[in-house]
Amino acid sequence: MAYNCVVLIKQVPDTKRITGDAMNEDGTVNRAALPAIFNPEDLNALELAVQIKDKFGGKVTVITMGLPAAASVLRDSLFRGADDAILITDLRCAASDTLATSYILSCAVRKVDYDIVLCGRQAIDGDTAQVGPQLAEKLGIPQITYVEELTELDGKTITARRNIRAGWQQVKTSLPVLLTVTGDANEPRVAAAKKMMRYKKARTPIEVEQKIKAENAESNETEIKELVRHKCSELEEKGLLIKQWDLDFLGADLTWCGRSGSPTKVHRIQSVVLAAKESKNIEPSGKGIADMIHELIEDKTIS
Amino acid sequence: MIDVNRRGEVWVFGEQHNGRLEDTPIELMSKARRLADKLGVKLAAAVLGNGVDELAARLIQYGADRVYVAEHPLLGTYQTNSYAKVMCDLIGKYKPQIVLYGATITGRDLAPRIASAMKAGLTADCTDLEIGDHKGQDGQVHKNLLFQIRPAFCGNIIATIINFDRWPQMATVREGVMPCPEPNVKRRGEIVAEKVQLAQQDLPLEILAEHKRAKKVNLKTARVIVAGGAGVGNKDNFKLIWDLANCLGAAPAATRAAVDLGFIDSDHQVGQTGTTVRPVLYIAVGISGAIQHQAGMSGSQKIVAINNDPEAPIFQIAHYKIVGDLNDVVPRMIKAIKTVARGS
Repeated sequence: MAYNCVVLIKQVPDTKRITGDAMNEDGTVNRAALPAIFNPEDLNALELAVQIKDKFGGKVTVITMGLPAAASVLRDSLFRGADDAILITDLRCAASDTLATSYILSCAVRKVDYDIVLCGRQAIDGDTAQVGPQLAEKLGIPQITYVEELTELDGKTITARRNIRAGWQQVKTSLPVLLTVTGDANEPRVAAAKKMMRYKKARTPIEVEQKIKAENAESNETEIKELVRHKCSELEEKGLLIKQWDLDFLGADLTWCGRSGSPTKVHRIQSVVLAAKESKNIEPSGKGIADMIHELIEDKTIS
Repeated sequence: MIDVNRRGEVWVFGEQHNGRLEDTPIELMSKARRLADKLGVKLAAAVLGNGVDELAARLIQYGADRVYVAEHPLLGTYQTNSYAKVMCDLIGKYKPQIVLYGATITGRDLAPRIASAMKAGLTADCTDLEIGDHKGQDGQVHKNLLFQIRPAFCGNIIATIINFDRWPQMATVREGVMPCPEPNVKRRGEIVAEKVQLAQQDLPLEILAEHKRAKKVNLKTARVIVAGGAGVGNKDNFKLIWDLANCLGAAPAATRAAVDLGFIDSDHQVGQTGTTVRPVLYIAVGISGAIQHQAGMSGSQKIVAINNDPEAPIFQIAHYKIVGDLNDVVPRMIKAIKTVARGS
């Protein structure tokens, strides 16, 4: 049988490349100074979904919540084998913690026909690994976290192997299910040239609008609206319109979105300055090192 | 969620597998004890399982005033849904103000499920916890909240998170960042046996097989650690790390880069994605000192760093800085240690 997969992805700042320039004076991170990338383990989740499609058939839908710029990871997903892409963008999503995020995503996933929901194990900007399990709870479906191998799909039954740090666990459950996928699960494929050719012009309505506004500075609002509508339907016909949903379309209860939907708040942010209180330079000579060893023995650091 | 409940207890999830208590609930006990004392409330643990009543006495020895024991044949093996259901029932019944979990595979699978079901806040992977006051944007002061302190952005910033209205205040706490307290066998406490209502539908998973191998090294309890980084160069040269560790009776460890290069098994990895360690002595060999690595070892009492790059960030936190070629320095250290050993 064929399986419909929904993959939740996130565009994240490349935290591995943080340098001094990326830190503001008040100790916060200047996200604009960091390149925005496809969250690495979300690529593993997408790869697993596309492998399922390749083997059994079905459809892969990719969803992200973020700023309009997050459309680039949706396009990237289309290049790598996704069939449909949805951007949830709404200013009222701002300041959502993991709980509010999982609520908003659950509203979106419910609108899609799914058998398997896939998430990366965690996102590198927060490393919380919370949204997957929280989303599974909101959807009322079982979760299998830390998936390192999809062992079997047979009818409505799934068997997967979880990485439980020093070891593994093989579990089985009935669909629908939510999986969180680790970086060890697979080697994500690269963008396919053919698909890149096909989807490089895929756009969200907001991208269409931005471009038309820039190109038609003289036009009034009604004209712009008409141009946008026309361009969007043209893209849609070609299968190149990335869906764009807001909280109204999702029918989300605003109490549970954004700041008001987020129980956790930031009290304080500090930048990390680690420094040893006392330090000594040791000569790399035989004597320098022997003296240091003696000192460490004398103060009972080495016994 | 539950309402703000100033008389609520501080809870620790007593994670156990096969009747064996994990290290994390024990590590959490001394910190949780301090939080409870500061708030003037009881410290309690919740233990779920089948045939686990003996663990309650141990948790009391480590600092709990009260232990809630939920026993049921269907709780014999951990499953997200069954454990989440029982924890939600317990939290709803007793309304603790704080619930803490180890940030283990199980804790990070379970706690978000509970938080979502309770519509309560949860902070992941905390490295410290404190009690403090928070002034909201509206100017209102919320007293005695749980400060949930965690690194973010790959350890480049430390965020303090609070939850002032949708309780309980919940957090998972990174393994190994808090030292295990000594048990006090004379401590007395209360054991509360809970009635558990579970049906087969609360267990959607079937656990087919499990394989747990012993970790090749226990870095958390090591008194001295000798760690090598990418700067060691290759797997053959990594023998230097083993040699130095052996002559010190130390545990050999590595950075993620060295593990990724195949110098040593990932069981030996120290850092944000590895083990957090706090030994008496940490010898960093050929380690530049990326913030992710520092996050896992900066709590070491003494740090010796050996690197040929005087600008390496590791030197900022080192107590003994040796700028030089590790291929000269490490053999000299081994020689010096052996000389002393012979002399004594």
